[in-house]
Amino acid sequence: MKHLLFTAALSLTTPLHAAEIWVTNEKDDTISVIDVDTLEVTRTIPTGERPRGITFSKDYSRVYICASDSDTVQVMDPNTGQILHDLPSGEDPEQFVLHPNDRHLYIANEDDAVTTVVDTESRKVIAQINVGIEPEGMAVSPDGKIAITTSETTNMAHWIDTETRELFANTLVDSRPRHAEFTAGGSELWVSSEIGGTITVFDTANQSEKAKIEFAVKGVHPDRVQPVGFEFTEDEKTAFVALGPSNHVAVVNAETFEVEDYILVGRRVWHMDFSPDKSLLFTTNGVSGDVTVIDVASREALKSVKVGRFPWGAAMRP
Amino acid sequence: MRDPSLQLTGSLHASDTDVVRKGLLGAIMPALVALRAIITRESLRFVRQRSRFVAALVRPLLWLVVFAAGFRAALGLSITPPYQTYTTYEVYIVPGLCGMILLFNGMQSSLSLVYDRELGSMRLLLTSPLPRWWLLICRLLASTLISILQVYVFLSVTAIYGIRFSPLGYLVLLPALLVTGMMLGGLGLALSSAIKQLENFAGVMNFVIFPMFFLSTALYPLWKMAESSELLHDICTLNPFTQAVELIRFALYGSFNGVALMWTCIAAVVFLALSVWGYDPARGLTRRKT
Repeated sequence: MKHLLFTAALSLTTPLHAAEIWVTNEKDDTISVIDVDTLEVTRTIPTGERPRGITFSKDYSRVYICASDSDTVQVMDPNTGQILHDLPSGEDPEQFVLHPNDRHLYIANEDDAVTTVVDTESRKVIAQINVGIEPEGMAVSPDGKIAITTSETTNMAHWIDTETRELFANTLVDSRPRHAEFTAGGSELWVSSEIGGTITVFDTANQSEKAKIEFAVKGVHPDRVQPVGFEFTEDEKTAFVALGPSNHVAVVNAETFEVEDYILVGRRVWHMDFSPDKSLLFTTNGVSGDVTVIDVASREALKSVKVGRFPWGAAMRP
Repeated sequence: MRDPSLQLTGSLHASDTDVVRKGLLGAIMPALVALRAIITRESLRFVRQRSRFVAALVRPLLWLVVFAAGFRAALGLSITPPYQTYTTYEVYIVPGLCGMILLFNGMQSSLSLVYDRELGSMRLLLTSPLPRWWLLICRLLASTLISILQVYVFLSVTAIYGIRFSPLGYLVLLPALLVTGMMLGGLGLALSSAIKQLENFAGVMNFVIFPMFFLSTALYPLWKMAESSELLHDICTLNPFTQAVELIRFALYGSFNGVALMWTCIAAVVFLALSVWGYDPARGLTRRKT
């Protein structure tokens, strides 16, 4: 009873936490938590070895972390920072995506050329699907019927039927595809190619190529313009694309596929996520070890926040 | 048309007896008349020398468009106050180029002072009954106000070019430019008292303007200087132009740099004192010349 009263009193006195951006630090084996209001790091949480992909469960009560060199997906309580348990992930999990059913994780196993499907409730592997060499980018369509794996060496996007868990299409993209995303309506699939320096847009209905977006940053050699992670604004009219060692984020008109702007951020920018109201964008800059905060409306970098060494993935917690 | 300085001297002599009669107000009025007359004279000179205005604008614009564009990726990345995030080199050098306008104008002003002295109009100005230091400050203020106007025109062009600052930044910049302009103008004034002939001005370019500009944070941040040489870094830190540029840089971002303001003010007072001493016919460097 005493304990209950104490807990109740604590919950009354403790203010509700502000929205946060969780960033995995690949070289530090930690997560840096950035307060969206103050734009300061409020917590640093230890993880397994080489944390990379990160995502929250639908109700934000669990956070899943790809601990690549520990060959596992860790499940953490975001309130306490305690690791609750590990999930069997296959070897070297790099990126993953949570199915809209909030239960199945689709994990790219970079070293094994497979996509592993894990049931987060039973904590068991329910399928392993052979894909191309060095799979990395993962996406699931909003209706949950299609999963995508991109393979970096095969240079393909592999289309997986989530019911049969079999490939039903393979589409070629430019060299070294790193990231894939469906638009919110699910009508388009965007795939970034790091070495090719392009984003290929596919029509989901027939898997045909709809457009190819190219980038050119003033004063930067084309070889250094390497698109990796990207995110869409709420109205889906704009996409922000991380351009790796060019140290810029491109602003793309998602309707005309024209590049409208380039924003200078830190060194080797790879991934990003928005604040809950999508007014701020947080990019992870691996080499400079910081996160650049971009004001979405003005398309200006506001601040760069120091985090751990080689920040990789980013996920928002409201 | 008569030289405005002749009108000024005439009005100052006429108002001499008024000073005694009208008390405090009477003492201030001639000083303000002098200020207005000197500013009018400098403005007229500025309006008539449009090529000087264009040159003052073209110089920093060339640095911005040609030099900075070439070095865009060469500077490397670093976040130093007042910056909160990464900046392109083009954005970095804008405060330094504002300082450049003030520096070159300060020196240009010293050149015109030497010219005035050779023509005799400077002697005419200094023989007025008003205190010499006040006349020199008026001269300084007049040239500073014209320099400030040029800086704002330059910033308007950079805004069109795509480099913009917040409205607060543009506003806070004004007092920073005033202090910097007075300091650099003071230096020019002190130098002009030491220059015997117009031809010697080339020496000022080589031994004052260029070292002051290149050994400052106008083009490279201090951490970049420290990378190549600690001595260079220390010299740059001591350079009053560095402090002035940093004062401008912080002001443009709506921030305050107390240390930079203090050093710029100290330098301004020292340079002004030197120029007052230099223009004193009894003691200064102009003893044999005026």
